[in-house]
Formats: sequence, structure tokens, C-alpha cells
Amino acid sequence: MHHLEIKDLCVSYDKDPVLKGVTLSSDKGEVVSLIGPSGSGKSTLLRALIGLTPPSQGQVFVGGEAIDYFSRRSLRTLRGEMAIVFQQYNLFQNMTVLRNVSIAPIKIQKRSRSDAEKEAKSLLEKVGMADKQDAYPEELSGGQQQRVAIARALATRPEILLLDEVTSALDPERVNEVLDTIRGLTSAGITMIIVSHEMAFVREISTRVAMMDDGQIVEIGPPSQIFDAPEQRRTRDFVSKILKH
Amino acid sequence: MDYTFQFTEVLKELPYLLGGAGVTLLIAFVSFWAGAIIGLFGAVAKVYGGKMVRNIASGYVIFFTNTPALVQIFLLYYALPDVGIVLGPLTAVLIGLILNSGAYLTEILRAGVISVRRSEIEAAATLGMSGMQVLRYVMLPHIAKTIYAPLSNFFVWLVLGSSLAALFGVEELTGRAINISTANLRSIETFTIVAAIYVVLTVLASTSLALVGRWAFRVRAKVF
Amino acid sequence: MFERLVEEAPMFFNYHNLVFISQAMGRTLGMTVIGCSVGFFFGLLIAVLRQSSMIALMPLRVVAIAYVETFRRIPFLVILFIVLFVIEPLLPGTSLFGIATVSVCLLSTAFLSEIIRSGLESVPQQQIEGARTLNFGALQMLFMVVLPQSWRVIVPPATAFVVMFIKDTSLASQLGVIELTFAGKMLVNRGFSPVLGFGVILICYFALSYPLSRLSAYLEKRLASS
Repeated sequence: MHHLEIKDLCVSYDKDPVLKGVTLSSDKGEVVSLIGPSGSGKSTLLRALIGLTPPSQGQVFVGGEAIDYFSRRSLRTLRGEMAIVFQQYNLFQNMTVLRNVSIAPIKIQKRSRSDAEKEAKSLLEKVGMADKQDAYPEELSGGQQQRVAIARALATRPEILLLDEVTSALDPERVNEVLDTIRGLTSAGITMIIVSHEMAFVREISTRVAMMDDGQIVEIGPPSQIFDAPEQRRTRDFVSKILKH
Repeated sequence: MDYTFQFTEVLKELPYLLGGAGVTLLIAFVSFWAGAIIGLFGAVAKVYGGKMVRNIASGYVIFFTNTPALVQIFLLYYALPDVGIVLGPLTAVLIGLILNSGAYLTEILRAGVISVRRSEIEAAATLGMSGMQVLRYVMLPHIAKTIYAPLSNFFVWLVLGSSLAALFGVEELTGRAINISTANLRSIETFTIVAAIYVVLTVLASTSLALVGRWAFRVRAKVF
Repeated sequence: MFERLVEEAPMFFNYHNLVFISQAMGRTLGMTVIGCSVGFFFGLLIAVLRQSSMIALMPLRVVAIAYVETFRRIPFLVILFIVLFVIEPLLPGTSLFGIATVSVCLLSTAFLSEIIRSGLESVPQQQIEGARTLNFGALQMLFMVVLPQSWRVIVPPATAFVVMFIKDTSLASQLGVIELTFAGKMLVNRGFSPVLGFGVILICYFALSYPLSRLSAYLEKRLASS
């Protein structure tokens, strides 16, 4: 049984179809990267998976269980198993770093404060932000905030981690520190779906790469296939354009 | 409760009430424009004046914005006769409202004047514009955009504030409402209808001001 | 005129009058504090109600919007009269202070709900999305994420509103509530010079209002820069 299964998912914004039937499945611990031109629906797919944008059609299964995106209870269960990190980090501006990371475990998952904070501190160490635990987001650089955002997502112990262009809003110098952090996660056995433009990174870290265009998956396969021997013409066009830079 | 609502009694007096609305608007209008002249002087004094001028203007503004208009008018109305000046009720109210408006408008206009950034003026100057041209093409449009919304809001506020003239016997909208309700004893109906007229008045005022703003100054304003 | 002032001053500033004026000031302050607290509480409720999109609450929402948009556009004097004429037959014997306070609460709720609402709306959508994906419930989101961040936008106009509010309470004098303005009138009726009577009242209002004005200006500067 696949850990994550997406069947024919369709999403529309105001009658404008953005995802036109996406089918994808992923096993536990896999890292699937989504690449493709802007507007192809990559971010929309992630947003739909976590329930920020309801699908108009199609089904999603996590661990064999179907997700009902219109049921509050189903969404709550889903968000206990799945976490997302946004391009704009979305850290809570009114809380310190430590609180940002520990608040969901404490208040939502009802873990004890000492437990949650201990785990938060170790996560912050993992992402290299342990010394900033009492700082507020506005005092941190973009890269630092993004790393905290990753720690925050991991604090809820998700089985599936969605990363939505997490380095796109960062200064070039900051990108590597975040990529390093993500690299460190692959050993933890978390299933990851990554949307990124960092092609070298995508190639290095992914088990499979999916090329999306115009709301659908054009081609999916191991990095060697997508980057070196793409089967589809659109994939070829996109990859060659990107790799030229 | 044994009370039948008789709105028709009041609706008969609608023309009389609408006349009152006209007086209300007149009071608001006069207070606004006269206050604006004071406000202009005040704003210029506060921004460009010497220390003493600035302090006088500040004192004026601080006094009138931290004390109630009603008491200010009481003072005018009851105290001035002691020095030989007897003001009629409408005059006293108008003077009070004008002085009050002048203070608030000083602040609004001042915010407009200082909102023009030095950099814009310098840029205009380096382009070779004369002082007059800088004023006309750079400063005034910018100031107009900045102050239009607060000015509109202030005018609407004045329309509502003019109701205190009724307490001095002036027959604007609220005053006429008092007259009618003491005559026909239909207080709730009268004042409800008058409240509705005020709402209509202010909505009309906001909307037309917003439209003028959009057309003349390209200022986008919220009405609701 | 000044001779009269000098003559009357000692008689004016006697113990009895000072107590009288302090009590009146207490009523002005009381109306302000009660009005703004109640107004803030219900204003928050209304603002949250308007932000929510639950269909079940739609009729309540419509009523709330109608209330806010209407009561912001009626002169306080008219509100006072309406409340008077509605409460008198229903609950005879209600104190004038009570009637004035109810009116004051009706006014402040309408205005404060708008201030709070714009504060709530100022919080970026992304903060809410972040909270949602972390499984925050609606109330948790409101109190832990949205409200703390909306203070910045709420406090300056709210403080300015309280300053305006203190002045509005002077209209309650027309009802007969013995607040500052009415006290002034009474003193003048007792024969004191209007300059003395109303002048002192003006100073009392100033003492209440000016510190708040300064606070408001200070807060605006501080919150705008950070």
C-alpha cells in the first residue's frame, strides 16, 4: 500500500481549473520533487493536499485512508499526519522561536509543556537555530526564519512533509543553509513532497521527480530519467531551458 | 405594552423635517469652510512658523480638541454677555463649531503639508521647476490626495455634530424633531425617522464625496 | 469681568463645590470607562462575528452589520433620545445615569467594532494559513495568533476614540445626568460667573482628555515605527 496516494485530483479557483487531474503515489520515506514552469499548479497541489484549497474532484489517501476535505474531523486528522512549510515561512510574529515551534504540540496535540519544549529545542538544534530560541521572527534573516519554520513543521511529528518553494524567497547566500537542513531530513524516514527550482538539489535528493505543466503531471521518474533522458517533449524543453542557466 | 406605533403622524411632518436637514447641512457646510480657512492658517503656522507662532497654534489646537464643543459653546453663549457681546443661539453655535473645526482641520491639513517628502521637492527642483511650479504640480496634488479622506470623514462628523445646535433652540433636524415630538408625543417614531434621515444624509454625503474624490483626485475611498 | 472672577473664586472653590465637581467628574469618567469597556467587549464579538463565514450565523451577521452601520451614522444626541424614549416606558425608574450609559455603550460598540475589525483584517492571511495547517481551532487562532498581532492596528485609533468619547459624554448633561457639563450648568445657575463655572469644567475635561491624547500620539509614533 502506498503511503500517499493522489487520484485524479482537480482544483479550480473561481471556475478556473488549475489542477486538471493529478495522479501520484508515494511510498513511505520517498522524496518526490515537483518541477515545472510557473503556473503549472505545483504549489496548488501542495495547498490542496494540506486542505487549504478544497478539491473539486479526485481523491487523496494517506496510509490507505481516504481524506474528506470537507470534514473538519478528517482535516484535523490529516494535519496531524501531514505538515507544510511555506515559501513565506509564515512564522507567528507575536511569538518567540521556541514558542513558534512548541505551540502546536502543546496547544493542539496536548503534549506536556516540558516534553514539547525539550523536543522543540532538539529540533532547533537539528536545524541549527538552537541559540536563537528566544528571538522573535522579525529579528531573524529569511534563511533563519525558514529553518525555524521547518522545525515547527517537524514538531508535530508528521509522516508527510510538504515543502513549497521554501528557498525561493531567500537571498542566494541563505539558500544553502536551508537546503542543508532539508538534506538532513531524508534520513528520518519522512515522506517528502518538494516543490523547488533548485535543480541540482532536486536531482541530488529526490527518489523521483515529477514534471508538471498546465495542471497535470507530464512525466514522472527517477532524477536520472527526468534530467538526462526525458521521455516527454515538454519535459525536455523545460529541463534544457532550466539547465542552461 | 399598550402602544401602537403611528408613523404616519410623523411622516406628515416629513417636509418640515427635511427642511431641518437642510439647516443641518448648512451648519455643517459653513463650519467646515470657515474652519478650513482657520485650519489653513493653523497648519501653515505649525509647519512654517516661528516658535511663538507655533506655540500659539498648538495651544489653540490642544485646547479645542481636548474639551467638549458643548461646553465651549456654553462659555461663549453665557459668558460673553458679561463683556457686552450677546450672541444669538445660532451664532454662538456656529462660532463654537467653527473654532472647533479649525482646530481639527489644522491637524488634518498639517498632516497633509508634511506628507510631501523632501525627496519629491528636491527631484522637482532639480528638474528645473520654479517654486510655484513645485507647489502646483508636486505638492498640491500630493497633499490633496492625503487629506481628502480625512476631510470627507470630518465633514460627515460635522453633519452629525451639528445636532448640538438643537440644545440651543436652533431648528435644524434634531431641533425640529424635538419640536414635533413635544407636540404629538410620538417620540419614538419621530426620533427613529430622524435617525433614518441622518443615516441617509451621511450615506449620501460619504458617497458623493467618495465619488468626487475618485473623479477629481483619483482617491479610492471606502464608503462602507 | 475679572473683578467678578477674583471676587467669586474663593466662594467657588469651597469644599462643597469641589466635592460636587469631583463626583460629576466621576460620572463622566464612569460613563467613559463603562462605555468603552462594554463597547470593546461587544465590539470584539461583532468584529469576530463579521469575520467568520459560518452560514448558521448569517442572520446574526446581518443584524450586526445593520447595527454598526446605522449607529455610526446617528448623532449621539439622537441616540440618547431614542434610548430614553424606549427605556422609559419599558423600565420606568431606570436612573438617568443608566440610560446615558446604555446609549454610550451602543455608540461605542458600533465604533469600536469597526476599529477592531480593521485590526483583525490587518493580520496577513499567511499567518492564518500557518495556524490552520498546524491544526489550530478557530478560537485558538483568534486569541493566540490574530488578536496579539492586531493590537498594533487597534490601539492608536481606539485611544483616539476614547478621547473623542469623553467629549461626547458631555451631551448626557441634556438628560439630566449630573456629569461635568451639567455640574457646570448647575454652578452657573447658582449664580457663579459662567467664565468661572464653565472655565473650571473645561479644565476638568482637559485634565481627563489631554493625558490620553498624549498617550495616543506616543503610541501612534511607537507602533508606526516598529
